Amino acid sequence: MQRFAALFERLDTTNATSAKVEAMAEYFRSAPPADAAWAVYVLMGRRVKRSVGHALLHAWLIEEAGLPAWLVEETYGSIGDLAETIALLVAADPAAAPASGRDPTDDLPLSRWFTERILPLADLEPAAKREHVTGWWRQLAYRECFLVNKLLTGALRVGVSRSLVTRALAAVFEQPRMQIERALIGEWAPSADFWQALACNEGSLHVSHPYPFFLASPLEGPVEGLGAREGWLAEWKWDGIRGQIVRRRGECTLWSRGEEIITARFPEITAAASRVPDGTVIDGEVVAWKDDRVAPFAQLQQRIGRLKLTAKILNEIPARFIAYDLLELRGDDIRPQPLRQRRGALGAMVQQLGGTIIQLSPPIEAVSWQQLAEQRQHARALGVEGIMLKSWESHYGAGRQRGSWWKWKIDPFVFDGVLLYAAPGNGRRSNLYTDYTFGVWNGDTLVPVAKAYSGLNAGEIQELDRWIRAHTREKFGIVRSVESHHVFELAYEGIAKSTRHKSGVALRFPRIVRWRKDKSVAEADKLADLQRVLAEQHA
Amino acid sequence: MRGCSVEELVVATADGLYCPAGNFHIDPWRPVQRAVITHAHGDHLRPGSGEYVTSAPGAALAARRLPANCLVKAIAYGEAQELGTTQVSLHPAGHILGSAQVRIEHAGSVWVVSGDYKRDPDPTCAPFEPVACDVFISEATFALPAYRWSSSAAVAAEIHEWWQLNRARGAASVLFAYALGKAQRVLAELTRFTAEAVYVHGAVAALTDVYREQGVKMLPTMPVIDAPAAHYAGALIIAPPSAAGSAWMRRFGSSSTGFCSGWMRVRGDRRRRGFDRGFVLSDHADWPSLLRTFDDSGARRILLTHGHGDTMSRYLRERGVDAAVMRTEYGAEE
Repeated sequence: MQRFAALFERLDTTNATSAKVEAMAEYFRSAPPADAAWAVYVLMGRRVKRSVGHALLHAWLIEEAGLPAWLVEETYGSIGDLAETIALLVAADPAAAPASGRDPTDDLPLSRWFTERILPLADLEPAAKREHVTGWWRQLAYRECFLVNKLLTGALRVGVSRSLVTRALAAVFEQPRMQIERALIGEWAPSADFWQALACNEGSLHVSHPYPFFLASPLEGPVEGLGAREGWLAEWKWDGIRGQIVRRRGECTLWSRGEEIITARFPEITAAASRVPDGTVIDGEVVAWKDDRVAPFAQLQQRIGRLKLTAKILNEIPARFIAYDLLELRGDDIRPQPLRQRRGALGAMVQQLGGTIIQLSPPIEAVSWQQLAEQRQHARALGVEGIMLKSWESHYGAGRQRGSWWKWKIDPFVFDGVLLYAAPGNGRRSNLYTDYTFGVWNGDTLVPVAKAYSGLNAGEIQELDRWIRAHTREKFGIVRSVESHHVFELAYEGIAKSTRHKSGVALRFPRIVRWRKDKSVAEADKLADLQRVLAEQHA
Repeated sequence: MRGCSVEELVVATADGLYCPAGNFHIDPWRPVQRAVITHAHGDHLRPGSGEYVTSAPGAALAARRLPANCLVKAIAYGEAQELGTTQVSLHPAGHILGSAQVRIEHAGSVWVVSGDYKRDPDPTCAPFEPVACDVFISEATFALPAYRWSSSAAVAAEIHEWWQLNRARGAASVLFAYALGKAQRVLAELTRFTAEAVYVHGAVAALTDVYREQGVKMLPTMPVIDAPAAHYAGALIIAPPSAAGSAWMRRFGSSSTGFCSGWMRVRGDRRRRGFDRGFVLSDHADWPSLLRTFDDSGARRILLTHGHGDTMSRYLRERGVDAAVMRTEYGAEE
């Protein structure tokens, strides 16, 4: 655990990606295989089944801290992160232990922390869980205590992306990154065996193993900068769930971009896909489809949310698979071939398949960039998010590699909202108020409609943090309500009806565009304005 | 509830803390006739007052930081002065060289203004001296239970270890520390491990000279000069936080940066400041030290200035101590 804690410290205190990759590579080279496998698992953001929730840890902290409950809350509010607040208030006294956080009484390896301590918690009664967890708190020094709490409750958030982890692994194993990426996609269990298989490149890939998704980057600058229009495939950016149909050895599996198997959720797609020839992998988009057009994403979400798929819901919200690309043909990985060839083969396959469930993503017909820009104006009416531009010469990469695939999204909706509540952020922002809730007018009251975390620069965040602390109306745990004073312009991608929100609407991907210091609270938007957009969008 | 005492020996005014019976201010933020100074940090010692009263060990620092024509009167720790109808004396606060608590006695009542203080040992200044009083006006910069300090020896060992690791990689170690107090404390603490010379930024050099003149033992220091990066490979450089990210830094080539401050106790602050390492070394009292100091003072009333004063005063009130917040304009920098 100390070795992993030291790695965490190195990752946590540098912003340089090269230094992060180097730190991970050093760890992977020196750690026991099982530890290395677990480290990959948690650094990639995977988590074990949670056996102790946030609320329990919070309650135990109040009991263990030996301080008045309000003071624990106040401290938590100032620190902003529960795992760290526990480490600061309950972990072994820093004056008593060496400052570097070494605790000679406990250095169980990372893998055994999981297999012998954290995973078995799931089978224990609450009282026994409490005894174990609070025992660790008192025994561990600050850094290890913080980490154990993080491992118990969720993601590490240490500024390491999946691609950085694979870069480090590629360096350690001297293998191409694509190969590592592929071995780490889908489901795998961290163990010494897994690590050895990864090292020897003999990971027995599951028969349904998907390929890493190739992602587009946002188009910056004028579209004309891409060169000749003929060099690019333009297609709609469909608003659904990116997915992969994997058809091998008579089995058919549907994967989501989140690397989850969603086969059972979309029986109509699976049925259609079972007629695809063996040894085929298709990349595409799962969408809700009604009246010959794509339905809003919110409807697809409703369908995913259902535990049980009834005939009624299958009928009300039918799904389609819009095929973008062909990655495997007759058992061969054809990703290195140019898009021109892959699309040709895909077109032929979809045509042979017939039916309407699996359809080809149609190229947008526009002979010039000018014409394409005109087509883009209609995107919102078509229910799509914009246009995808893919070089006809591009191979199918992994992750977000810039240069050959671009997304040219339509301009978002915007509105002006009033800051109502603030809560501390996470990680780097953990003791700053950076998680904001905004409201709009409904009559003479402000109703919350959106939460946003991003869009301000560091200076604005600091300024707003100071203002929030000085203008707090009430504190609810770590959340503060503030005086209605500041107006922000917010952008969002879509709007849907919601019974879970007091305002009756749910906004998709809201974020701050700018701080409107020039506007007064009275000038903020009204709920009726948002309802009008909702009506127009669904008309 | 606190009734309005007949004898408020110290009150908060627009100019700063003021003692009506003695007709003097303590660390005023605007020019006044007579200023009694707890220590020479910029938010406590400001130019423009008619006369400054400081501790004898603090006089040279005050003179250095004030314009040349200022009147600075030095009094030894513990030596009583008559100011108006009060008896005033200064007592070590353990914050930086020459830092003092101000004890004011008038008509059988004793008030103490702590200034900034710490209880941890510091080889560069006299240790904090508990002074019995009726009312104790205390700083509350780190008055949250999350702030607990490790021993300075352990932190100094961490700094030394970091320096040696960087040296093994051929990199310079740039340590940011307040130019007055913290920088000299680090230079003194590091004598446990080495006798090697350390590079210092100009702002640090001038103040280090004042410390040295007063007999404080520290590592030898050298000025940072214009030299190629290779010249600084493996070296330790101490600079004020304001130098971080400036053009001045470029000469060191590939370097590791560290910051010494009590704020480094919290991960969010550590990460946000963007230094490679945060060393939790503070010249202020941590939560346990604040409570211990209140007990030591025997005060029946505690008044709290800058920082988390409202939190501490509520905590004390719930434990039956008469406590309140006093508004001041002191900073939270460290």
